[in-house]
Amino acid sequence: MLDIGHVTVRYGNFTAVDDVSFTLGEGMWLMLVGPNGAGKSTLIEAVSGGVSYDGEILYKGKDLRSLKPAQRAREIGILAQRNLPGYAFTVEEVVRLGRYARSPGFFSGADPEQEERVDSALELTGMTAFRHADMLTLSGGETQRTFLAQVFAQDPRVLILDEPANHLDLKYQQHIFSLIQQWLKEPGRAVLSVVHDLNLAMRFGTHAVLMDHGKSISKGAISEVMTPENLQQVYGMNVYEWMREMLSRWQE
Amino acid sequence: MKRNRTESFRPLELLLLAAAFLATMILCVCVGSVGITPGETFRAIADAVAGKTAESVNSTIIIGVRLPRVLTVALCGAALSLCGAGMQGLLRNPLADGSTMGVSSGAALGALIALLTGFYLPGLPLAGPTVMAILFALGSLLLILGLVFALDHSLSTHSIILIGVIFSMFASALMSLLITFSHEKMKSLTFWTMGSFSGSTYRHALLMLGVLAVFGGILLGHARELNAFAVGEQNARNIGVNVKRVKITTLVCCSALIGTCVSIGGTIGFVGLVVPHICRMLSGPNHRRLLPASLAGGSIFLMLCDLAARTILSPVELPVGVLTSLIGSVFFVVIFYRTGKAR
Repeated sequence: MLDIGHVTVRYGNFTAVDDVSFTLGEGMWLMLVGPNGAGKSTLIEAVSGGVSYDGEILYKGKDLRSLKPAQRAREIGILAQRNLPGYAFTVEEVVRLGRYARSPGFFSGADPEQEERVDSALELTGMTAFRHADMLTLSGGETQRTFLAQVFAQDPRVLILDEPANHLDLKYQQHIFSLIQQWLKEPGRAVLSVVHDLNLAMRFGTHAVLMDHGKSISKGAISEVMTPENLQQVYGMNVYEWMREMLSRWQE
Repeated sequence: MKRNRTESFRPLELLLLAAAFLATMILCVCVGSVGITPGETFRAIADAVAGKTAESVNSTIIIGVRLPRVLTVALCGAALSLCGAGMQGLLRNPLADGSTMGVSSGAALGALIALLTGFYLPGLPLAGPTVMAILFALGSLLLILGLVFALDHSLSTHSIILIGVIFSMFASALMSLLITFSHEKMKSLTFWTMGSFSGSTYRHALLMLGVLAVFGGILLGHARELNAFAVGEQNARNIGVNVKRVKITTLVCCSALIGTCVSIGGTIGFVGLVVPHICRMLSGPNHRRLLPASLAGGSIFLMLCDLAARTILSPVELPVGVLTSLIGSVFFVVIFYRTGKAR
């Protein structure tokens, strides 16, 4: 659905993303994995149109730059890494903004599904009780769930999530990730996400792209990418041994 | 269960705003150095509407002096306050305003140059200074935002205020320089730069009404986009807002509105800072309510300030800009401390 072709992003002399290519196919949950500063978030910024890039990003064969912002938002929903509203909006108002692309422009309000979608998005993310709460009083996890509800209300075909587990406690990590897995089961959908927690990546990803210093080191099915050798190369440590050692503490 | 989920004002609330606006307007027309009863005021207005010539001195005061002034003041207040609300939403910064960002000073410089050089468009006596003020307002906005952006890409409060203040001082210095060499016009120009509506005519009111109807209308139509920006520019982009177009539209609208206000009444600071802030406390940050509330609130606020300016030390008249700046600067400190604490 989404073809990333030789994408390069430069900030002055610094190359944040260096000639990265991969394809996000229907039904895939592709995990972008790699250490800090690998260029994962920058790549997502490029897809959102926030930074200019060389190379091309195609959505169903069309150059993403040729789509109007609202057109793009109806197809691709993006959850950013850091979200904090500047003013005391209510949760409901922020979630309703997710419907913007369905009736953009001057004379708005022509969106019959709006309230229904907002309700179900709040329900899915467990934010119904916070509907009228002031965003500035929410915890990090609640804020994250609000913006997740916004992206669900947006009802896109492709979900792009930058660190969706950010600030979420274990219960909501499980809840939200299962929710996304469920969402993905409908035909014509795909998920691309940046995930720091390798356990989450292994548990929910179908495919992965391993990045380091802006380059893609390995890509393919999750089991092919997350090999001890690949991880050793990127993280500079024996990840498998570390994970096993941590897990062993839980045995009775 | 059917709940009212509208984000905009309900009819009753709009009615209340309109009532408050009208009440203030009547008060401001009636009160002055010569007290005139509401009954007499209405009679004078009714006579004027019916086309009769004014019979008494009082009706001449009302129709010829006070009404045009109050109308001009109300429209300018509405425009300044709407701009403040718009810029604060767009820049996600509660301290953004024509005066704190130096846009008003830039516009005033433009209008002053037009006044001194006698730049007039043929047949349109007000157009010269107004057009220059609008152009200078837009130029100042672009220059200031450009400088701030080069300094830090996040357009943070501190950088905007700092550059705005410096630009403001620069523009004021240039204005003082020009006024110094203006000889006989010096006194009237100095008074004008301090902000005053004495001598406003129906023509001023009509000009402001026209500009407000067009550019204010466009701003009001962008309430949802401004909401998106107020949540965050990145989020706005993600939900499909045409970020670049909305930015340019908002800045052009604000420049037109501020420029027109300045060309009519001089620099009247802080209206766009104080009023949206109070409105936000009362009706929330949603621009569907905030923008109409700021419109009504701005006109009420400036009408009252203007009333105070012409009555407190009667028969001496204070420049209204001095009064709004006195109130506004105290307010500025309060908001600055409150936002500082929130972070």
